[in-house]
Amino acid sequence: MMVADLIFYMFAAVTALAAVGVISSRNQVHSVLFLILTFFSTAALFVLLGAEFLAVLLVMVYMGAVAVLFMFVVMMLDMDVTDVRQQAINHLPMGLAVGLVILVELVVVLSHSHATHTETTAQPVSNTLAIGRALYTQYLYPFELASLILLVALVGAVVLTLRERRSAPKRQDIGQQLARTRAEAVEYVQRQPGEGA
Amino acid sequence: MSLHHYLVLGALLFTIGVFGIFLNRRNVIIILMSIELILLSVNVNFVAFSHYNGDVSGQIFTFFVLAVAAAEAAIGLAILVSFFRNRATIDVEQIDSLKG
Repeated sequence: MMVADLIFYMFAAVTALAAVGVISSRNQVHSVLFLILTFFSTAALFVLLGAEFLAVLLVMVYMGAVAVLFMFVVMMLDMDVTDVRQQAINHLPMGLAVGLVILVELVVVLSHSHATHTETTAQPVSNTLAIGRALYTQYLYPFELASLILLVALVGAVVLTLRERRSAPKRQDIGQQLARTRAEAVEYVQRQPGEGA
Repeated sequence: MSLHHYLVLGALLFTIGVFGIFLNRRNVIIILMSIELILLSVNVNFVAFSHYNGDVSGQIFTFFVLAVAAAEAAIGLAILVSFFRNRATIDVEQIDSLKG
């Protein structure tokens, strides 16, 4: 058995077990941590497949941003998980049935496919360079579209979570500050000496 | 290491994700994480095909899937936070104001 095979089986097992941990963990914080583990071991598999750029992207975007976002929300929303577990038992047979059907279908399809792909590991250029070349020429418009989607998500998340407080502390209103003129802001008072203010 | 190994892993991840949606019917956060797992399984398939076909387009598509998944997670969690503020629950079965 080659070393690469051993590494694949190890990371594949970790990925699958961590995915099971995500959906079966009692504590939601543990679920998020299992999700991070899943992404990390998948990133290792990507490296094994020669997709180094995507592996780094997975680690940075998912473990650095999305998982932290999940963690924030889990910590922010304080909810009771006790009766949630009880309810989960009721959905177990249905879920098992659907899961089994999907798994059997996928395995049947995979075992009957005669896809004999020759492994072409020898890339003439580095992975990042190859992706960059394709992304900025052939896929330029989809790339721009993806950035628009991210912008919409950014604005949408801010709009959804921003709330106006009634009894808010005093804040800086830049428009109001800039609209002030000298006449209403400064008053020149001439006082005689010895008179007092 | 053949393509089939990676496809089987993708199938496993997909099944676990779908099963997670059914298992945690009342917790939206776990459902969102299950959706992330499903998208990850798709990514595994894309990268595996990209590698064994010698075509970089699969990895480009994975890039887009990642971007959309990140946007989806951000919007979903924002909706969740604003819903929790209004109703003090994230029970899926109580999100029925639209009577759908």
